[in-house]
Amino acid sequence: MRVIAAAIAFLTSFGWAQAFEIEDQKFYGFEDSKDVVKIISTSDIEIFEPLLLAFVNKYPSVGVDYTVASSQQVFKAVYDEQAEFDLVISSAMDLQMKIANDNLARQHISEATQRLPEGAKWRDRVFAFTYETAVFLISRSAFHQSEVPLSRRALVELVRQNTDRFSGRIGTYDIRISGLGYLLATQDSLSSQTYWRLTEVFGLAGTRLYCCSADMIRDVEQGRLAFAYNVLDSYALRKVAEGKPNVQIVEFSDFQTSIMRTALIPKNVKNEEAAEAMLDFLVTLADRPNLALSTGMNPIIEGEPKSKKLLSSVTLGPSLLVFLDSMKRSDFVNSWVSSMRIWQESN
Amino acid sequence: MSVATSTPIKGSVQRRLVLQLIFVALILTVLFVLAVRLVGERIAQSAQDSALFAAAASIASSMHSDNGELQLDLPHSAFAMLEAISEDSIFYRVSVGSRTVTGDDELSVITPASPLAERAYATEEFRGEPVRILTVPRALDVEGVFTNVSITLAHTRQGFHSTVSQIQSIATGVGIGFFIVSVALCLLASQSALKPLKSLVNAIERRGPEDLRPVNREVPSEVAPLITALNSFIVRLSGSLDKAEEFIAEAAHRIRTPMALVQTNAEIALRFAETSKSRGKIREIIVAARESSRSASQLLDHATVAFRAENPQLAPISLSELIERSISRFFPIAEMKGITLTVSPTKSNVIVAVDSLLMQSAIGNVLDNAIKYSESDTTVDISYGVLNDYGFINISDQGPGFSDGDIKHATELFFRGKKTESTEGTGLGLKIVSDALNVHNGRLEITKNGERGSCVSLQLPLHS
Repeated sequence: MRVIAAAIAFLTSFGWAQAFEIEDQKFYGFEDSKDVVKIISTSDIEIFEPLLLAFVNKYPSVGVDYTVASSQQVFKAVYDEQAEFDLVISSAMDLQMKIANDNLARQHISEATQRLPEGAKWRDRVFAFTYETAVFLISRSAFHQSEVPLSRRALVELVRQNTDRFSGRIGTYDIRISGLGYLLATQDSLSSQTYWRLTEVFGLAGTRLYCCSADMIRDVEQGRLAFAYNVLDSYALRKVAEGKPNVQIVEFSDFQTSIMRTALIPKNVKNEEAAEAMLDFLVTLADRPNLALSTGMNPIIEGEPKSKKLLSSVTLGPSLLVFLDSMKRSDFVNSWVSSMRIWQESN
Repeated sequence: MSVATSTPIKGSVQRRLVLQLIFVALILTVLFVLAVRLVGERIAQSAQDSALFAAAASIASSMHSDNGELQLDLPHSAFAMLEAISEDSIFYRVSVGSRTVTGDDELSVITPASPLAERAYATEEFRGEPVRILTVPRALDVEGVFTNVSITLAHTRQGFHSTVSQIQSIATGVGIGFFIVSVALCLLASQSALKPLKSLVNAIERRGPEDLRPVNREVPSEVAPLITALNSFIVRLSGSLDKAEEFIAEAAHRIRTPMALVQTNAEIALRFAETSKSRGKIREIIVAARESSRSASQLLDHATVAFRAENPQLAPISLSELIERSISRFFPIAEMKGITLTVSPTKSNVIVAVDSLLMQSAIGNVLDNAIKYSESDTTVDISYGVLNDYGFINISDQGPGFSDGDIKHATELFFRGKKTESTEGTGLGLKIVSDALNVHNGRLEITKNGERGSCVSLQLPLHS
């Protein structure tokens, strides 16, 4: 129980209460419906709504109780408190893997899940249904078109040489509070040594830390940030699609980390049938291209990601658990904090 | 053969052979499947154990001490290694004594059997699933103090079981194939093993009833004693048959000569007899003596036919010559009984290849019968000619003839027709005829001759 104790200690140290906290909640379908599937998810209601409406439309007798929480809170609710939910959706693959690894997820095998490619499901307990790429988002006004960096190495050089210009105008996830940020950072560190040099120059220049992609995109769009590093593509894409000319997505040529949004049915599921229907509905998103388009999600399509560029895909497997190790985590966070020179900022 | 059907049968050599071979094949198949399964399990287990040990060793090498504290930078490669092998859950625990440094403190630490052992394995249940657990003890220098650190790593058994079941299903498939092939080979082998026996049975079955030659075939060593025994039985049988025939011929010869004397003397006595009563008695003696000598001749004939049939002296001869030789001795008897013998050819110069003596016996016996059963003032007609590539000799009389039922049995040994019961006879006659014709591949046909009498037709293949 030391891991859990450490996790709770970690969470309480940042001012969270014992019980998990939710950010939002909404009900879909008929209010008096007896057949309700309770979902806890890290995805915002505004993103997920078209999908839920389509599901309710397909299964009119089923009501959907959709709860939004941060990835840490979702994990806390399901792993520590074993709260009653029928389906758990999260983009924090490592935390989902921890639930599945520790035998707290129910096995589900269906025609739909059989079609998932290798690495997109694990032990038939956790299933990926969309993938998202972490991209480099720039504010056009902050760059000359010629100096837009196309690789991390170029970005390191650019920031090193223009520390004053970018000071306080760099945005990235605060890995101490964002589970997704932590996952992306650890995967970056596995993919390339450049990650730590990048953190160093970000720290030297002074970086603003965010909890969520949406805030970073907003600040880039408004020119408060020159660029944001590791922004999830689906949110960013929507902004660009809405015609914000100041926002530009840069795809790095060295590698792009892509993560998968996963779903699992917890062991203490109440409405198993509806949960399975919902899970099958999610993993077959590729069959409904219009819905994929309206949510801005990239469905997992039979093995083929949309972009064939150098994608460093994080796949499902217990090696994701390595960075959840309490000792490893505190080492990593400590290194990151010192690289980011956060002590300077707080002074 | 009629004898074979009455042989009491118990079991079958082939069935026993096949059943025993199949039983052996079944045992071998089961042993094979079990052995492969056992070996498969061992290999799968040792593969899982080696991977666990490699991962644990990698974790062990990433330990270090920092400010008197044990530090561990959990290596990603250790988990990636296990992840690559199979889709299985991983649990770990690093502990100093009973204190957990990091990992899952509910995981049990396996105590090695000997304090010098560098690893200890166990299979246990953890978090509701069976897991393979490995503990690797390491001594670590923490600021000059040696500390015993245990690295414990556990892996669920899904990959292990799927490997084992794959090996098992391959082994079972191969086993079933092996068994099917074995059964087919068993059937073939048993058939080929019993083939010489079957061909031997066929050869013996094809033999004629008179064929008492020893069996002279190449047989497998296992069958040889049976053949030796059979041959010695045949020799004894044919020896005793020969002796019996010799005895009959000798006896007939011994009877015929005195009987001829009795007959001649009785005939002389008849002339001098004065009372009708004594004449009657003497006639009875004559009839009895004649009958006895006739029976004796027939027995002799039969012995001759049986002897010559084994080694016939075939030579071409015309039917007219054959008939002439056969009938000459019957003219006196026929004349005495007031019976006319006529010869009527329908075609001249019909040549057949026969043993003349055998055929003379045959024709003689038919004529003898015809004369014996005919009344006076009748005719016995001998006609000959060619019909359907056979030369025929038809002997027709006007005697009592055969009834329909009699015709069927006429050629059996010692059979006598219903209408002849009042006359003395041996029943050997037509048997001799039929045996003689068989030697020449000929045929015997007996038909009714109009309202009275019968026609005996001897048919012989033409000499080409």
